[in-house]
Amino acid sequence: MDLSLEDRTEGDRTVVVVGGEIDVYTAPKLREKLIDLVSAGNYHLVVDMEAVEFLDSTGLGVLVGGLKRVRAHEGSLRLVCTQERILKIFRITGLTKVFPIHASVDEAVAATD
Amino acid sequence: MATVELQLSPQPHHVRTARLVGVAAARRAGLPDELVDELRWALGEACSRAVALHAAHAPDVPVRVLLREDSTGLTVEVIDQGPQGPPSEDGDLAALFEGDEVDPRVSLAVLGGLVDDIDIAATATGTTVRLRWPLPPRSV
Repeated sequence: MDLSLEDRTEGDRTVVVVGGEIDVYTAPKLREKLIDLVSAGNYHLVVDMEAVEFLDSTGLGVLVGGLKRVRAHEGSLRLVCTQERILKIFRITGLTKVFPIHASVDEAVAATD
Repeated sequence: MATVELQLSPQPHHVRTARLVGVAAARRAGLPDELVDELRWALGEACSRAVALHAAHAPDVPVRVLLREDSTGLTVEVIDQGPQGPPSEDGDLAALFEGDEVDPRVSLAVLGGLVDDIDIAATATGTTVRLRWPLPPRSV
């Protein structure tokens, strides 16, 4: 399955729903999407990863790049993920300390810390 | 013994091809579904790393992928001819994410976390990542 990307606004947050496979081939599309959103002034992003079927370290790099971009505008990038294999990859790489990870979009949108 | 060998020119879309072939070979070998998925993630990660290294350093050389089944297990080897970086590190890897590039050490750490039976060996020309899964006994 290819990568699917949709975004919507919820309050002052922009929710990006990612589906399919984030790999060395599709990661540039996700990078472009995050860059476009930040360029358009969306600095508080929630990336919903519940429909992601594959994620490699290239995809991790794109998410970290997105985080750096929103932080340059004092923004935030929160992840929504309950898939154990993806959470494991975030733990292995120490990125659970870098990204706030939430169990639902509602929780991520409501988070303020 | 059954062997599948792939040679991937270092283009990103071929990584998906390798994942699909790996899943097909693993299913045929009788690997349980949960481990088929583990193989898909690990093979994908290993190929992403190798293809990125070749694309940057050896664009005319294919990455080799071997899937070998014997009576005891399924072995996957991803053989690259990229430069050998420093060994993978434990612990906090977040500092290794710079710009949009991913340090190959991150990839090796992810592999080590995904798969129990893994061997990362330096060769004369690059690195071989060997992943292995036991197969359940065949019913006759």
